[in-house]
Amino acid sequence: MTNLTDLTVAEIRDGFRAGDFSAREVAEAFNANVAAAKALNAFIVETPEKALEAADAADRAKAAGETLGALAGVPIGMKDLFCTEGVQTTAASHMLEGFTPTYESTVSKKLWDAGAGMLGKLNLDQFAMGSSNETSYFGNVISPWRRGGGDNAALAPGGSSGGSSSAIAARLCPAATGTDTGGSIRQPAAFTGISGIKPTYGRCSRWGIVAFASSLDQAGPMARTVRDNAILLETMSGFDPKDSTSLDLPVPQWEANLSSDLKGKKVGIPKEYRPDGLNAEIAALWDRGIEWLKDAGAEVVEVSLPHTKYALPTYYIIAPAEASSNLARYDGVRYGQRDLPDGAGLQDMYAATRALGFGPEVKRRIMIGTYVLSAGFYDAYYTQAQKVRALISRDFEQAFDKVDLLLTPTAPSASFTLGEKQADPLAMYLNDVFTVPASLAGLPAMAVPGGLDSQGLPLGLQIIGKPMDEQSVLNAGLAIEERAGFTARPEKWW
Amino acid sequence: MTESTYRIQGATGEWEVVIGLEVHAQVTSQAKLFSGAATAFGAEPNTQVSLIDAAMPGMLPVPNRECIRQAVRTGMAINAQINKWSRFDRKNYFYADLPQGYQISQLYHPLVGEGEIEIVLDEKNPGSSTKTIGIERIHVEQDAGKLMHDQHPTRSYVDLNRSGVALMEIVSRPDMRSPAEAGAYLSKLRTILRYVGSCDGNMDQGSMRADVNVSVRRPGEEFGTRTETKNVNSVRFVMAVVEHEANRQVDVLEAGGKVVQETRLYDPDRNETRSMRSKEDAHDYRYFPDPDLLPLELDDAFLDECRQSLPELPDAKRRRYEEQLGLSAYNAATLTADAETARWFEALLAEGARIQKKGDGDVAKASANWLLSELYGALNRLGKSLEDSPVSPQAGAELLALVADGTISGTIAKQVFEIMLETGDSAPTIVEEKGLKQTSDTGAIEAAVAKVLADNGDKVEQYKAGKEALFGFFVGQTMKAMQGKANPQVVNELVRRALS
Repeated sequence: MTNLTDLTVAEIRDGFRAGDFSAREVAEAFNANVAAAKALNAFIVETPEKALEAADAADRAKAAGETLGALAGVPIGMKDLFCTEGVQTTAASHMLEGFTPTYESTVSKKLWDAGAGMLGKLNLDQFAMGSSNETSYFGNVISPWRRGGGDNAALAPGGSSGGSSSAIAARLCPAATGTDTGGSIRQPAAFTGISGIKPTYGRCSRWGIVAFASSLDQAGPMARTVRDNAILLETMSGFDPKDSTSLDLPVPQWEANLSSDLKGKKVGIPKEYRPDGLNAEIAALWDRGIEWLKDAGAEVVEVSLPHTKYALPTYYIIAPAEASSNLARYDGVRYGQRDLPDGAGLQDMYAATRALGFGPEVKRRIMIGTYVLSAGFYDAYYTQAQKVRALISRDFEQAFDKVDLLLTPTAPSASFTLGEKQADPLAMYLNDVFTVPASLAGLPAMAVPGGLDSQGLPLGLQIIGKPMDEQSVLNAGLAIEERAGFTARPEKWW
Repeated sequence: MTESTYRIQGATGEWEVVIGLEVHAQVTSQAKLFSGAATAFGAEPNTQVSLIDAAMPGMLPVPNRECIRQAVRTGMAINAQINKWSRFDRKNYFYADLPQGYQISQLYHPLVGEGEIEIVLDEKNPGSSTKTIGIERIHVEQDAGKLMHDQHPTRSYVDLNRSGVALMEIVSRPDMRSPAEAGAYLSKLRTILRYVGSCDGNMDQGSMRADVNVSVRRPGEEFGTRTETKNVNSVRFVMAVVEHEANRQVDVLEAGGKVVQETRLYDPDRNETRSMRSKEDAHDYRYFPDPDLLPLELDDAFLDECRQSLPELPDAKRRRYEEQLGLSAYNAATLTADAETARWFEALLAEGARIQKKGDGDVAKASANWLLSELYGALNRLGKSLEDSPVSPQAGAELLALVADGTISGTIAKQVFEIMLETGDSAPTIVEEKGLKQTSDTGAIEAAVAKVLADNGDKVEQYKAGKEALFGFFVGQTMKAMQGKANPQVVNELVRRALS
């Protein structure tokens, strides 16, 4: 019999409809894998009963001949940044430990309404701030991957959607939600040999997602195949009147229109993404990616995105600025942690609560954000950063006058050892160097696995597209997927 | 435009007062500025709070179009520039009544730009002199919740019903120069808001509150350092704050001190202001554009709708009352001073014109006089307002019609009105039942006149000797003899004839 947990979303969906297996069998198989993978620490809360409940509903609907939802019979993981009604939602923080929303985020509701079941709430970097999952209050997620040659060092699954990436790579779930503010879907996908797409800003409603940086936060799917990403994204997207920044556009049929034939497409290679000292293996993979796209019929040309080098500093002004304000609501007054020392007044309670509830990286970003917005520094930092952000967007617009897509590496390196970069925040921030520009410009961007490095760790390629043109991004991703033939999977050690 | 002559006489000479007001007006709307929660005053604590107002994780604001519409209409009513592109900013600070940890406001790009309001300096003499007060801007923002410190010995309670309610902040130029001007400005602003319907103007319920900026200077010199007294909630208090604060500043300056730029609070019980915080410990609000909201862009169709939905405004109405209805300047000003009075008056007018089959102008004066003297007098006595007047505009118009067509005299009308107030019966019914119709029966009146003249032979002599003022005496005595029911014109005529 097929190992159900090796199946893709499309295979589960189609197999369930064809009667090859029941939804309950699928849910039970994944529940078992989740239960057996505590060592990965991918989940903050496991919800096997939710997965079974949805599976049973799907089985009943199928038996009754009812119309099945797009994701009927498919269990998924939910990043613990999405508020889920009746299920603890923490953003991997102590601050929200024990917080149980009375409401369901728009994106998760769409998924449940389409018949998906929830395997659990996935671990992440605290408030989605981090690139290695080491900032989670609930302990870091461990990547299922290990370097070859008996090196058993625990590796980072990437971040912030590290629970999602680790769980998918380890076959704990066929797909999961992620959120991406500066690379939080794409970098972990690259680190774990899976795919993930951050759609155009505004495609997925932000309503009910714990906010990090509002002008950058965007939900998206993560899965093992491009097709699976297309399937999930179709369900997750759509206009939401409850989110003022939501795009009021119909959702395209991305899956039905998937095509790896790139004839007539022009792909740009931004020269600024090839700095001196770029990891040779990354550079080599990039070159292979270029060949694959040419092979698929695309014309490849060099382009320039001159302001790329300012993207990272710009991002690390804007994102913390917004975060410092977005996280002000965690004050101990209405929900979450409260620390009220004896004799404390209101201000003392704020200070004690926030000292207790936030981890060091969150505090660092709140302080950076507070600083750049404060009187006397606002123009030099925030205003300037907004100007540069506009220039970065213009770089992309000008490039997209000439080309349809851009191809870059996803991250500057493969996964690193946990603890390796923790002492140096700047080294950690550099992980986002290739993903941040598309976030600042609100563009759709996708990570697809391209191969393994010499240590046996996955490396990813990034495709960036024009606003609203997720289809071309997915199609190019599919072309790479078909040619890369990435079938490597982590050897089970957990 | 007239220069104010209001001066504070200090020990070292005269001082001029400079005043600017920032008025927070709660927008009349069923729902809050960024959430669907209700806004009714006086609800049980924390019963009108949405997930957004409580700033639950992941909640997002969505602008309420009606609040924007009301602010735009208000801007149009003060001839202000309406900014078709505006934006919301976050004002960041921590307080228990502010769940988000920031207030969504508009610092950099307000919805409404420069406008103006004309005030009358002498209320008793509305035609005399007017002054134009500049409005710098109107922006919309969220109100905060309310802290209650008196519910428990050691705890404070938070009521978030008001959290997120839409406010307009209406910022004047420092154009006022006396307590009276500040009072007149606030009253006029309130009148306009109530006409437009964008704010109920109920200052005692907190729907309208003013931050009062005051400074003093030697006449003609540069502006002095100002203080800002927060949340003053009546016209009278605003005037008191200006007066008290200006005098305090003069005392400070004349004693050789300096006015400190600071925020102050008004204590109405002691009629004094006291320092709340100085500029040095003012918050750094870290304003920045709210990334949850797109810029607010208004199209022409929306603006047209706003403009067309505006009612006739008080200044235009006052002019029309004077010019087309022939009312005195004072009556026109009084009748238009608030929207409810004008609405009542116009209903009275319309009914009167309908019943009497005359034009508005023909019944206007009598209607205005009756409303302002008889009805207002009665309402004052009863402690009621026009809204709960026991007599409707229709009933009033019926009463006035009886006077106009000579059915009853003015004197009898007063009696009928009293009965109307007591019983709620209509004027025609009362006149019919009590037999109060005035008589034009010349025979009866002639007999009464003859008797009056016969009884007062001495006065008739005096009259004939030139003391013509006695004419009124004879008329009065005749009316009395007729128990007020004689037609005064007929009495006049017959007395004149009998004496000639």
